[in-house]
Amino acid sequence: MALIDLANPSRFVALVGRVLPWLIVATVIAFAFGLRESYLAPDDYQQGATVKIMFIHVPNAWLSMFAWGVMSIAALGTLVWRHPLADVAAKCAAPLGAAFTLLALVTGSLWGRPMWGTYWVWDARLTSVLVLFIMYLALIALWRTVDDQNRAGRAAAVLTLVGAVNLPIIKFSVDWWNTLHQPASVLRMGGPTIDRSLLIPLAVMALAFALLFVTLHLAAMRNEIMRRRVRTLMLMQAERA
Amino acid sequence: MDLGPHVGFIIGAYIVATLVVSALVIWVLADHVAQKRALADLERRGITRRSAQPRPLQVKEPA
Repeated sequence: MALIDLANPSRFVALVGRVLPWLIVATVIAFAFGLRESYLAPDDYQQGATVKIMFIHVPNAWLSMFAWGVMSIAALGTLVWRHPLADVAAKCAAPLGAAFTLLALVTGSLWGRPMWGTYWVWDARLTSVLVLFIMYLALIALWRTVDDQNRAGRAAAVLTLVGAVNLPIIKFSVDWWNTLHQPASVLRMGGPTIDRSLLIPLAVMALAFALLFVTLHLAAMRNEIMRRRVRTLMLMQAERA
Repeated sequence: MDLGPHVGFIIGAYIVATLVVSALVIWVLADHVAQKRALADLERRGITRRSAQPRPLQVKEPA
């Protein structure tokens, strides 16, 4: 099926209806396996059992940036290709991205207190992720403030593309500046520096959270299409009356 | 299993994650139910999209 075929919202809703049950099953299985592996993972020689926080902190940190990446592609879809579902995709990814960013911040704080001796420090990595969270909230507010969804979609797309500048800043902040946060140890040139016994649970949990994101995103997009349908029908009814 | 002296931080992180993920799932499910109900309500009142309305019977006229 070509991307253009999905431009038809009815066809897209039908496709989501067929795919969603399989995605839910895959997500549940991935979480069950990932949580089991996390539970059985050995303690880190320096961090002890607190390394188990990594299995939820790191996937959420990755997804916080991935969701903005999805929104950036959708923003191009809105501004360049004018794909009818692009702004639906962007609008529905924002609350999910905000939730994953919040989780990355909170679990990071809970990991930082025993390891660094503090919940928070205004270093480049933590601050740039906090900026990302605030940008998500700003986008959600924008969608809710502007009544005309087409206008809101275009404004949000511009803001999303401007905000995408923050993604490389987050990624490379630990290399460009002195930070308390450790440098990349998985997605780096030369391969991961984490031991296999910790890398496997981390990879499975990352897969589980990624599947969760895709599942919730598609379901939220279906809801948004239905909401727009309801709105159109109510407007039609108001015009007839 | 011994989670060491920082057990509160570890369990706290997993509890927060469970709460946030549950909230997301409940939000999406509740929204789906609300939109489905709204569409069904409009349909019951005879307000449907043109594409969803039954097409009138087309009778072929004799040549």
